[in-house]
Amino acid sequence: MSEKIAAIVMPKWGMAMEEGTVVAWHAEEGAAVTEGQEVVDVESPKIANAIEAKQGGLLRRRVAALGDVLPVGGLLGVIAGAEVPEADIDAFVKGYVTPAGEGGAAAGPSVASIEAGGRRFAYLDQGAGEPPLVLIHGFGGDLGSWMFNQPALAEARRVIAIDLPGHGGSQKDVGDGSVAGLAAAIGTAIDALGLARYHLAGHSLGGAVALAIAGARPQQVASLVLVASAGLGPEIDGGFIADFTAAERRKEMTGVAQMLFADPALVTRKLVEDMLRIKRIDGVTEAMRRIAARSFAQGRQAEDVAAPFPDAVPTLVIWGGKDRIVPASHADKITGARKEIFPAAGHMVHAEAYAEVNRLIGEFCAANG
Amino acid sequence: MARILTYREALREALRQVLEEDPTVIVMGEDIAGGLGAPGELDAWGGDMGVTKGLFGQFGPERILDTPISESAYIGAAVGAATCGLRPIAELMFVDFMGVCFDQLLNQGAKFRYMFGGKAKTPVVIRTQYGAGYRTAAQHSQSLYPLFAHVPGLKVVIPSTAYDAKGLLISSVRDDDPVVFFEHKVLYDEARDHVPEAPYAIPFGEANFVREGEDVTIVAIGRMVHVAKRAADKLAQEKIEVELIDPRTISPLDEDSILESVEKTGRLVVVDEAHPRCGMAADIAALVADKAFKSLKAPVKCVTAPHTPVPFSPVLEDAFIPSDMAVAAAARTVMA
Repeated sequence: MSEKIAAIVMPKWGMAMEEGTVVAWHAEEGAAVTEGQEVVDVESPKIANAIEAKQGGLLRRRVAALGDVLPVGGLLGVIAGAEVPEADIDAFVKGYVTPAGEGGAAAGPSVASIEAGGRRFAYLDQGAGEPPLVLIHGFGGDLGSWMFNQPALAEARRVIAIDLPGHGGSQKDVGDGSVAGLAAAIGTAIDALGLARYHLAGHSLGGAVALAIAGARPQQVASLVLVASAGLGPEIDGGFIADFTAAERRKEMTGVAQMLFADPALVTRKLVEDMLRIKRIDGVTEAMRRIAARSFAQGRQAEDVAAPFPDAVPTLVIWGGKDRIVPASHADKITGARKEIFPAAGHMVHAEAYAEVNRLIGEFCAANG
Repeated sequence: MARILTYREALREALRQVLEEDPTVIVMGEDIAGGLGAPGELDAWGGDMGVTKGLFGQFGPERILDTPISESAYIGAAVGAATCGLRPIAELMFVDFMGVCFDQLLNQGAKFRYMFGGKAKTPVVIRTQYGAGYRTAAQHSQSLYPLFAHVPGLKVVIPSTAYDAKGLLISSVRDDDPVVFFEHKVLYDEARDHVPEAPYAIPFGEANFVREGEDVTIVAIGRMVHVAKRAADKLAQEKIEVELIDPRTISPLDEDSILESVEKTGRLVVVDEAHPRCGMAADIAALVADKAFKSLKAPVKCVTAPHTPVPFSPVLEDAFIPSDMAVAAAARTVMA
């Protein structure tokens, strides 16, 4: 692909996504766009979100029209500078081939499992390039919570998203439900995967787990990314934890899901169904109850959730300014960390501002080995 | 989880998992293990559709009971065993054969909890096949679930996907009331989708929104969910956005989800493979007329099979089954 001509393609958000629909264009053909600007909104069966320009230039072609349904990898539009001749753009569009197989539900990477410390862990391993990045999701989620991030980050390095004990495809035993216990368990999985040096990123509860792992084995952790992380202060929305743990049906879960996002329009019925699918698995609710009772009782994060901060590990803290679960002010707790706040995003900042978050994480990992 | 199973495989996995988790679960039915004409090995058949294949080998003759061809006997035995502490799963090959088992199920099984003041429970599951399209003629092709939805004390489950088949079957076995579990014979191979490996339970009375849309609500049952999906794809090209609801269980019925959707769209099409008289289409239409009349912008349309036996002639049988064309046409009518 010419460096001057950039394709805007249908992304793959989640393993089940095969195609998406164009629901809005935010720039006219011929308009100037800057890197990171939202150019087009796309809807998958799960979720609607914006696609941002990977490079600045002019939006030379809107190849897909409103309402068009394209397979994953399909060409939505073309960005290029004014100096690129029309004929080259036409040739690029004409010559574009949608990568085969990427849209297939059966194609692409699939979840694997590994035994470690007497437990089974599910994980999704994507991309190549050392040191790898390990992603740890939040309370009540699973590795699919990184669907907007993992594929993009895996373009530059190996990225392993892992299910916490009690969640997704991992074994449901969460021990005493403490963050230290979860961190020790994930540590055994990291060892079983043979990772000697890696980047670590965690969201929410997964952030507290990542923090604890970095505290326990700082020499292994090349860099630490904390996204709307627990473990940095006592405040947490206890009502959310209780409602999420109790939710069994669509109506209850819709209210819970809307707490996670600054923009409630992102919460589709499919997204809610996906959250329910995680919770319906035997043992998940019990595991959440146990973790909540041990680590988030009475609307406060237990004291030992906060691990001693590993000073030696370069750390990036990312938060949404409209986070209703864990306050963004906790981002200030780590002096010396790089801090990035997205004022318009909520607790799921890595979904709501994924393009910018991906760029930050990618650059931070690259700068630290 | 990116693990794709067929409807048949999902059901078999659910059966294996409930047999593993609960020693009181037993399976009984015709040809589920050996059967007349089986090639000498006891695990040869797995039922006429192969759903139970492998279970006899794993769980043995004490728990996988190959019954004589006497539906009245073994459905009665299953109901009786359920009252005495077991959790039987009885496979009634075709729901059309239920005629000889009615007293056992609807006058006994369905009544025990009520008549013993809540002190008795009857945790029996009758798995059974329904539906046309398999060239099995009028006595093996009916969609008789409305008969069971009519009877208080029975729960009626009709999964349309492999994911739902597994989660709803596990819920059915864990439920303390009699459940009639309807499997469409065409879906065993046609329905394939993502199914988690771990056991999971889908609550009854919780509809699935297969698709969200603003213009017209389509409620479809069982195999008709797939027909309605194809219709919705066609309609989307005409800029008609369908909200497609799969009730998953018709007793209990998730009335709230249907009403909530119709209050948004103002239009309703119900698609059902059963006959039109006293069926779920009429039932859901009446529900909406009663509770959401003021939201309606057009009369409710029902797309059902006709009030005739299922024809044996392949051409007529194909015409009998509601088509995506018919569903799309009904949606266009309510949009006009």
